Amino acid sequence: MFKKRLLPTLLASALLASSSVFAGTAFVSNERDNTITAIDTKSWEVIKTFDVGMRPRGILLNSDYSKLYVCASDSDRVEVYDAKTFEFIKDLPSGDDPEQFALHPNDRLLFIANEDDDIVSVIDVETNQVLRQIEVGIEPEGMGVSPDGKWAVNTSETTNMLHWIDTETLELVDNTLIDQRPRHVEFTHDSKLLWASAEIGGTVTIFDVETRQEVHKINFAIKGVHPDRIQPVGIQLTQDGRYAFVALGPANHVAVIDAKTYEVLDYLLVGRRVWGVGLTPDDKYVISTNGVSGDVSVIDVDKMQVIKTIQVGRYPWGVVAAP
Amino acid sequence: MKTIKHSLRSSVLSAMTLLASSALSASELDIRIAYLGYLEDRGPVLSNSFPEPEDSGLRGAEVGIKDNNTTGRFLKQRYHLEALQSDNPEQLLEKAQSLYAEGVRFFVANLPKAELKALHSQVGEGSIIFNAGSKDDALRVNECIPDMLHTIPSRAMLADALGQWLAAKRWNKWLLITGQHPDDQAYAAAVKRAAERFGSRIIEEKSWSFDTDLRRTAQQELPVFTRSRDYDVVIVADERGDFGEYLPYNTWLPRPVAGTQGMTPVAWHKVVEAWGAAQLHSRFEDHAERWMNEQDYASWAGVRTLGEAVTQTRSDDPETLREFILSDKFQLAGFKGRRLEYRHWSGQLRQPIPLVHPRALVSLSPQEGFLHPVTDLDTLGFDAPESQCRVK
Repeated sequence: MFKKRLLPTLLASALLASSSVFAGTAFVSNERDNTITAIDTKSWEVIKTFDVGMRPRGILLNSDYSKLYVCASDSDRVEVYDAKTFEFIKDLPSGDDPEQFALHPNDRLLFIANEDDDIVSVIDVETNQVLRQIEVGIEPEGMGVSPDGKWAVNTSETTNMLHWIDTETLELVDNTLIDQRPRHVEFTHDSKLLWASAEIGGTVTIFDVETRQEVHKINFAIKGVHPDRIQPVGIQLTQDGRYAFVALGPANHVAVIDAKTYEVLDYLLVGRRVWGVGLTPDDKYVISTNGVSGDVSVIDVDKMQVIKTIQVGRYPWGVVAAP
Repeated sequence: MKTIKHSLRSSVLSAMTLLASSALSASELDIRIAYLGYLEDRGPVLSNSFPEPEDSGLRGAEVGIKDNNTTGRFLKQRYHLEALQSDNPEQLLEKAQSLYAEGVRFFVANLPKAELKALHSQVGEGSIIFNAGSKDDALRVNECIPDMLHTIPSRAMLADALGQWLAAKRWNKWLLITGQHPDDQAYAAAVKRAAERFGSRIIEEKSWSFDTDLRRTAQQELPVFTRSRDYDVVIVADERGDFGEYLPYNTWLPRPVAGTQGMTPVAWHKVVEAWGAAQLHSRFEDHAERWMNEQDYASWAGVRTLGEAVTQTRSDDPETLREFILSDKFQLAGFKGRRLEYRHWSGQLRQPIPLVHPRALVSLSPQEGFLHPVTDLDTLGFDAPESQCRVK
């Protein structure tokens, strides 16, 4: 613990001086190395690998990209780091086994899925207080907050539902069934639609937020890949509403989808067991975490091709990028 | 951390009250599921350091009920387990009959073949029965029990899982050592079938009949006993765990041991931790305070199959549920990396088979390259043309 907190401080000054020349930074959580890999998103070189708590999975940035939040699942806490200096700032209470989480646009409310407890915990990141715990289905996993701040949605992997939480009252107001093993939810930037992946169901379902009814369901088929191996997990939607990128797990591909017509445009081959995808804030690159290969792939959105593979730690899980 | 955890828990109660008002609109259902577990007298075994848990299967059914109820509370569905374990088959059948008379139509049975047949003849009409205990191949091939669903893999599935892996490694020459019990003979038969299917050869089969105490004499007895023409691997068929545990490292040639001991094909094991399995283990261990074994898994899968079917159909009618379970809409997320379904001939749950040693996962079958026109999962066990059973 001592080492972890001291080291970033020592390096902080050196990093501060050089950070201004970085194009941007992508952060990758390495589930079995208890580290975060920071990558320069211009040169695509690893800048630094720093120690965090045990089994880091969910990872996110606040709205001004100044703070990095990490779910340290086996340490039962959320850790906050300075996104520029990588300096440790503080721990937040998280409940048991935090896996994924989502930060309200107000930068205060953090919604955390506690996988082993069938609970969503709501934390005030300023006061470190647990505001509420909300019982949901078995193995809560995916967490999303709508950009307009009205909704928090959690997925429960074994109950196979989306749980809709009103962010004002912090009450569970609706539950919708979805295909087997829902892993991730992503709101469209206008907050009108919700995309949700079902890993074992092999589908991505799009819901209308107002009615919470299904609008469309996307199926995938890759030549030469058994349908059982197509297991959608991570989803990213570009700001301009053109594309969706879906990580397809052991199919080792990222699907490129027309976000308006829901047509699958292409399948891009990445590394093995791809779970996470992250867009750079300028929508130019998608980074995918390839758990079994221990690397990340970089997709150039304009060219729609993989331009780079970067080795990171063991079992990279989540990825997020700052400008 | 303790104090935080405590304060976290205190707010859970208020959260629970919220649930009542937020359930999906649906009519209320109360689903009673019977669990019947036969406590087999396994007889004296030489290797007795690690006795099998007495509640194997039962604990899995209990966790399945909990899982179903967590989901069910959003849908106003409640699940109840009516469980009996006994070493007296008569008592188990009587319990089944009295539950049937009360209207129970769902049974998870951890019983041997003869008792499964008796159970079906007495309570089978209009019921759904899961076989979560018997690996008997005949039940999937020519001694079909009408409409029975099998969540535990058959011996043929396990042997094929091992046979494929050995074929992939090109370890094609097997020395087979078989115990005296009829179950050992049945396991050996499945191994021989696997050898033939996947191009391997049993270079010699030896029958273990020694009754010395191997804890003291394994080093003397087994090296000599495993002398044979050159073999790549020793396959042991000793289901009760009598002598097999003493084979690894005691073979004449420096060869690995697989089968019922050494590296074993299993339905489930603690070392299976990918695909979210770690979460199932932690739920199970919180509940049972021991590791989850394959009988627990099979019973859990039976209870969860019902839960999934009830969730999707919003019905408690056995016929509606059976139809759904055997439709292409049914899928069970069974923590094995892919969706699980039932075979329409034998009623067998299709599933990948982990190959494990006591501390780690070695591989998962089907192995790559073993192809099948429908699903590679059907390269394990008896396929439709080989079986006289039809559940659909």
